[in-house]
Amino acid sequence: MDFLNAIIVLFNFTVIPALAYGSQLALGAIFVTLIYAVLRFANFATGDMMSFGTMFAVILTYYFQSLGFGLGVLPTALLTIPFAILMMILYMLIIDKFVFSYYRIKKSPPVQFAMVSVGVMFVTQALIRIIIGPSDRRFLDGEKFIIKATEFKEMTGLAEGITLKSTQAITIIVTLIVVSIMFWFLNRTKTGTSMRAYSDNEDLALLSGIDPKRVVLITWIIAGILATIGGVLYGLDKSYRPFVYFNNMLPIFAAAIVGGIGNPFGAFLGGYVIAFAEIFVTYAYKRFISYLLPEHLEPDSLLQLLSTDYKFAVSFSILVIVLLIRPSGIFKGKVI
Amino acid sequence: MRNYKNVIAAYSIMIFLIILVGIFQSWSIALTILNYCLISAVMTIGANIQWGYAGLINFGIMGYTALGGLAVVLVSVEPVKKAWQVGGLNILACIWIIVAIIFVVKFILNRFDKSKLRNYSVASVILGGIILLRVTAAPGIEAIESVDPAKTGFLGGMGLPVLFSWIVGALLAGSLAFVIGKIALGLRADYLAIATLLIAEIIVSIIKHEEWLARGVKNVIGLKRPAPYEIDLQTSEWFINLVAKFNSSKLNLINSIADKQEALNQMVIDASSVYVKLCFTGLFLTVVIILLIVTQKALYSPWGRKMRAIRDNEEAASAMGKNIVKEHLLIFILGSAIVGLAGAMMVTNDGLFTPGSYRPMRYTFVIWVMVIVGGTGNNFGAILGGFVVWFLWVEAAPIALFLINLFTSHLPETNAVRVHLIESAPYFRFLVIGIGLLLIMRYRPQGIIPEKIIKQ
Repeated sequence: MDFLNAIIVLFNFTVIPALAYGSQLALGAIFVTLIYAVLRFANFATGDMMSFGTMFAVILTYYFQSLGFGLGVLPTALLTIPFAILMMILYMLIIDKFVFSYYRIKKSPPVQFAMVSVGVMFVTQALIRIIIGPSDRRFLDGEKFIIKATEFKEMTGLAEGITLKSTQAITIIVTLIVVSIMFWFLNRTKTGTSMRAYSDNEDLALLSGIDPKRVVLITWIIAGILATIGGVLYGLDKSYRPFVYFNNMLPIFAAAIVGGIGNPFGAFLGGYVIAFAEIFVTYAYKRFISYLLPEHLEPDSLLQLLSTDYKFAVSFSILVIVLLIRPSGIFKGKVI
Repeated sequence: MRNYKNVIAAYSIMIFLIILVGIFQSWSIALTILNYCLISAVMTIGANIQWGYAGLINFGIMGYTALGGLAVVLVSVEPVKKAWQVGGLNILACIWIIVAIIFVVKFILNRFDKSKLRNYSVASVILGGIILLRVTAAPGIEAIESVDPAKTGFLGGMGLPVLFSWIVGALLAGSLAFVIGKIALGLRADYLAIATLLIAEIIVSIIKHEEWLARGVKNVIGLKRPAPYEIDLQTSEWFINLVAKFNSSKLNLINSIADKQEALNQMVIDASSVYVKLCFTGLFLTVVIILLIVTQKALYSPWGRKMRAIRDNEEAASAMGKNIVKEHLLIFILGSAIVGLAGAMMVTNDGLFTPGSYRPMRYTFVIWVMVIVGGTGNNFGAILGGFVVWFLWVEAAPIALFLINLFTSHLPETNAVRVHLIESAPYFRFLVIGIGLLLIMRYRPQGIIPEKIIKQ
């Protein structure tokens, strides 16, 4: 029984949050990696682009709530995602047309692209703050929990409970659906293949009649979908605050590079690697161990490797180690 | 002289703008802006050495700035004797443990061949070391942090003059850059950017959360100053006489003695703040001019030519027998040390150290915008970039507010759009900086004052 309790403690406080957080990171990391593979630059506006998409979802959620639309137990935000995605894609295409396309045609070095994306980051951040303001917003409605700890304890008779927030379940399910559709699209359809060809070897792809404009357009569309969904899921799970989204860019970059930048499947797994590492290293194992050990051996300290203040530092250290030992990332493989 | 025409013109416009602020807002604000412009200029000189001379992309400026700020605390604050008594030994032991770990790891790496066993043993040495560190440090840290936590709760500094900390700040940042450079300089440009960005975050989070070191997010206030304090000035005879002499024509217009005294008091208060800021301006200006002379000499020396050669074509420079790895490391250290110096200057100017305020937006990306806008590879350009961008960063909000009021003046006071726009005026600075960067990158990628190659 104690063993079961220990497993449940670990599951409740590390595995479930890490799965949800990892899914959010994974979506962002695939976004980074796609842009890197097809358009060939590190996009420093990642976090703010996700924030921009989420902003539309937040505004539309408030609007729908005022109209009385809703999905009952599910959050209204799910209903607004398609509209938010449309706005996001529109914004990305405008940015691409007026900013990035010039440098693409000129074949500028990646560093210049990165600096330009810093400019886009500033502009996006300004627009977000001017439109919706920098404050913290919660836009979750509907049922909050799927399983509550007390209910779980009653059901199973165990001393420890499992809490499953509806946002966590939604995050994991939506991520799996979106990512599987995307991989099917990249690997099975003709357009996806042309994108992979373009990312592998641009000149050869052009020679075989692939339209670069179309590839770029499709990339931005997929990027818009991923950015908006990732952003909305994060916002539902925690809360929507523009500054936090900017900071999230850093673990997302870490996830993309750890997984092997340019490799979407690597980025997907990289998200979970970073999330699990962050949570496992900063989790206090006292309760977990106290179930496993006999009573007189119970530990005094919290058994925490690092305090939660260093959550980000953990993922960055992993990134630095990976960059040093294996710069191509953990999951090598063909580019996109 | 013709070549310098645009430089002189650009700087005159900048000075004119700051004087305009002095006339329309106040001289105190104008001097604050000027001081920050000078600090930004030092930062851009550092970033420009790395990016402009050698083409190294360093997004870790925030980390070095924070380290420079930390140096001010470690050098100038009086030591907290009680904290040293209760926990100093543990901290010293920890430093020795860290040194020991580094030597053991180096020993293993040098003595044994590359193998799985070696990797595992290095990993286990580091892990064991960290656990040992935590066990040794925990009681010491707890004891230190409980010594009068509202006021101290940290080890304090060395109690030395604050100007000394500027050198220490540069040394600290330089030695950190040595470590980071050893680790990360082999990476490709965009990986290097991301790695340095993340390492800077780690440094700031350590400074933020290790409260025994510099109080962390509880901030250190009331740091020493290299300039006199306003209160002392306001009570000293010579200063009051000086102010009275400067404003004698104004004072003579006032008839009653009581009114005259009151006006004089007000003038003394205003003048004291201006005087202190002028002292800082003098110090900062000296630093900027010294750095400018040194960097300008370096740029047009054989060493500068070598750096440009490495930047423009690494393979060719390598074929000519230049040691690229060594030069890159050297320039990484030099640039970071200058940024550290700027960080120390900034904390000295503010008189307080607030680790929570170090954000990549303000301390990394804005500095980069300064370098790009001003002109990469040209020291005059970089300094000008520091001036222009900092000026815009500060003055964007008032200007935006003015424009919003102008364009929405036909709307009623309570109009929702107008109220919302006025509330969000501070955020227009991001818009101005972003659009400015995009325009410069597109239409004048070499910056306002482009790099100039003197043929010899």
